[in-house]
Amino acid sequence: MQYEEIATTEEGNLVINVGPQHPATHGVMHLVITMNGETILNVEPHLGYIHRSIEKMCESLSYRQFIYSTSRMDYLSSHINNHGCALAVEKGLQIEVPERAKVIRILMDELTRIASHVLWWGAMAMDVGALTPFFHAFRERELINDIMEETCGARLTMNYMVPGGVMTDLHPNFVKKVKEFVAFFRTKIDEYDTLVTYNVIFQERMKNVGVISAADAVSFGCTGPVLRACGVKSDIRKLAPYDGYEKLNFEEPLETAGDSYARYLVRMRELRESLSIIDQLIDNIPEGDFQAKTKAVLKLPKGEFYSRVETARGEFGVYIISEGGLTPYRIHFRSPGFANLSCLNHIAKGQKIGDLVAMMGTLDLVIPDIDR
Amino acid sequence: MFIVDYIKTVYSTCKSLLSGMRLTGYYFFHHKEIITEQYPDVKAVMAERFRGEVVMTHDEKNEHRCTGCTACELACPNATIKIVTKQELQPDGKKKKALETFVYHLELCTMCNLCIVACPTDAIKMAQTFEHSVYDRSQLTKKLNAPGSKLMEGVE
Repeated sequence: MQYEEIATTEEGNLVINVGPQHPATHGVMHLVITMNGETILNVEPHLGYIHRSIEKMCESLSYRQFIYSTSRMDYLSSHINNHGCALAVEKGLQIEVPERAKVIRILMDELTRIASHVLWWGAMAMDVGALTPFFHAFRERELINDIMEETCGARLTMNYMVPGGVMTDLHPNFVKKVKEFVAFFRTKIDEYDTLVTYNVIFQERMKNVGVISAADAVSFGCTGPVLRACGVKSDIRKLAPYDGYEKLNFEEPLETAGDSYARYLVRMRELRESLSIIDQLIDNIPEGDFQAKTKAVLKLPKGEFYSRVETARGEFGVYIISEGGLTPYRIHFRSPGFANLSCLNHIAKGQKIGDLVAMMGTLDLVIPDIDR
Repeated sequence: MFIVDYIKTVYSTCKSLLSGMRLTGYYFFHHKEIITEQYPDVKAVMAERFRGEVVMTHDEKNEHRCTGCTACELACPNATIKIVTKQELQPDGKKKKALETFVYHLELCTMCNLCIVACPTDAIKMAQTFEHSVYDRSQLTKKLNAPGSKLMEGVE
């Protein structure tokens, strides 16, 4: 290539495009990187390649129908997205959800969180150059997918949480299978640590890379493991408990370093916390209805309703403005991926290009969640 | 002191790498823990609730349970279902709405199960098929009621 053909800025810095089709971005995202040699000066994410205007679409769907589309935003925590929407509608209609439905919802949420973190762990290791962990991760995730398939009928986009409870009752095999999975997975987390966490090469690539301070993380709007890695308590399950999380005994994992390795450790500890939540609930599923009696046609009263839940990536908020009709006047989703992406430029400045993919990996970006 | 630290780092590095290699080696020699399925030769058995596509149940007399009430059409978020009805002459001389064609667009369907929940007569259900690929898009538009089928007696 001739020198003149290389894209440079006026100061002579190199401009590189990563994506939109690039395996390391885990989706269609376009990064315009300005570099001086190997040092990153600026990262500019370009979005919109997978924009489906879900928010606008929801304005023409009824309060039962719009929930299915949120499974397609953050497809790795689809149960939790559906849960947030169901909570917002229930808040508007003042539906009392049966105890059994609440417990089923939490069980499903935590299974989803494990599946999401496991997939992230595999993809994260692949981003820094280790291919084997990806296959280990998919082996465990497959078991959760089988459990989901048996009870909900789908493996990825469940649409299982409906206003008033859950769509169908648990499958008779559910309790047995979840218990088997929890016992099996406890041994596998130790394998994960042996393979990746204690690996010195991995640690060297993660420690002191992509550092963000607590104040910066808060001002960028980061939530979830990204914020907790800076030592800020931000778990919605603790701050604003929903559907009975307040009765459960679990810890909020916190790290203080704020670097890539801290974000990694927070997620690994969250895996164990989710397992302990499942342990507390799986033997105590109350009998009763799985769905409250609701009207055939749901009409929210005039007003504004907001609910928030903790997905695997951070705070997911659903904001519904209702004019009293069959469909919402406006719906806004506050997705964690978008806010977490906004700090990428901040943490990548001054770092080397080779670490960029690792930093993006620890932010745990799901591109359809960012674009919606 | 620098030398001691250096040797310690080398030791811990080698140890962590070897313990990872040991785990990989364990799986290399334990073939029973490999769970890969040879897909086209061994077909997966899907769970009974798996949502593959919408089908209409017919009994041995080629009768279905669909009254043509369009509850599923209204419940569908993607306009996947289109119900065409006709006026059928009853034996007592009255005209009654009956199902003519149940059009199902598989290419639009997101398998959200809302139509199945909405159906008051359990006429439709989800099938467990999953190999839906065809060569032409028009083949995905299906007519769910079997030719010559009629409404089961006693279903209102």
